[in-house]
Amino acid sequence: MIDKQVRTVAEALEGLQDGAAIMISGFGEAGVPAELIDGVVAQGACDLTIISNNAGTGDVGIAALIGAGRVRKVICSYPRMVGSRHFEERYRAGELELELVPQGNLAARIQAAGSGLGAIFTPTGYGTKLAEGKETREIDGRQYVLEYPIQADVALVKAYKADRWGNLVYRKAARNFGPIMAMAGKTTIVQVEDIDPLGTLDPETVVTPGIFVDRIVRIADAGKAAA
Amino acid sequence: MSAADTIQRLDKQQLARRVARDIPEGAYVNLGIGLPTQVANYLDTAGDYFLHSENGILGMGPAPDEDHIDWDLINAGKQPVTLLNGGCFFHHGDSFSMMRGGHIDICVMGAYQVSTRGDLANWHTGDPDAIPAVGGAMDLAIGAKQVFVMMNLLTKTGESKLVEHCTYPLTGLGCVSRIYSELGVIDLGPDGAKVVEMVDNLTLEHLREMTGVDLTMAQ
Repeated sequence: MIDKQVRTVAEALEGLQDGAAIMISGFGEAGVPAELIDGVVAQGACDLTIISNNAGTGDVGIAALIGAGRVRKVICSYPRMVGSRHFEERYRAGELELELVPQGNLAARIQAAGSGLGAIFTPTGYGTKLAEGKETREIDGRQYVLEYPIQADVALVKAYKADRWGNLVYRKAARNFGPIMAMAGKTTIVQVEDIDPLGTLDPETVVTPGIFVDRIVRIADAGKAAA
Repeated sequence: MSAADTIQRLDKQQLARRVARDIPEGAYVNLGIGLPTQVANYLDTAGDYFLHSENGILGMGPAPDEDHIDWDLINAGKQPVTLLNGGCFFHHGDSFSMMRGGHIDICVMGAYQVSTRGDLANWHTGDPDAIPAVGGAMDLAIGAKQVFVMMNLLTKTGESKLVEHCTYPLTGLGCVSRIYSELGVIDLGPDGAKVVEMVDNLTLEHLREMTGVDLTMAQ
């Protein structure tokens, strides 16, 4: 019997190594696998590359990892947010490398990694600072920039529900980067609010097929309003 | 007193109303963070408009009342929103394919500078001390069928934000089709800037003088 569920966050993160590239789902606070990130903080891996849309705020999540000096590089589209002081301090001190990627290119490069593509030509960023030094090509009268896939050793994803095969259902706009990051991680670790018996998730509503998921851990979300 | 004092400049709400007038029913529209968001307040409530949010929403509705805030349902500015009947969710790959793939009819954005040929600068002031952040601006700029910029033509110190060549870092080349401003509406393109309409008591000559760029009236 295949059961991808593990009982604890620590078990879910087993094997995470120093120097790992970690994708983290979420946009703002929606869809951020907060407990898995807390687990990375506790686990101790350092010299990490974090791939996420934002770079965390306050003293929790990605911001806590950065604040603890465990992150070497951030690949993201929008690191500057209210309360992103840990990022700002480390970045200004020259202790943190930033690869700033337009959000759609971030998504497309993650998709390229998950889809086995060698590279993509994207029109986004052509003629701007973010494409400086990159190969370009005119295709059918339009200018494109060559961009490479973004690979990750581990993808940390938050979904709403799963079954033991790893099929995933998301909730509202918390879906955001989850489905594409789940495809791009060499090991994909998902936290969900519920794990339903096999056969009870409507197959028509499954967004991420279990083939992309390696481990699932249930984190009940007691804080969420019933609405 | 100079003629400038009688110019009937549009305030922010009048400007939002003016932009809304040019958005036809059925349009798929992305409204940028900040002032462009206000355009939604002036779309005809009896009509169907499809508001897109980069984080995976089509059919986005207004802010909820306090009892119905759901932090899994936020807009690009990370503020709580609602979903209209018929609205739906999708992942970031699909959301940016909607932009890049030319499926979004209109996007409305703010800007630091726009050139007469439609180059856009709205993501970075170029200040070396600033933390750079780009988000979805570059994807929207090159992806939407029409890019409307909504901004005051003049800064508080009287400098023109409509320029011959942008000096701020570019977001996209030749991508802005039209500017909606406190002084009027201006079309942009390979042939330069053409004034579509001006507010009362403003002349083309005066507008040229204030902006310092070559302007002609649209045919």
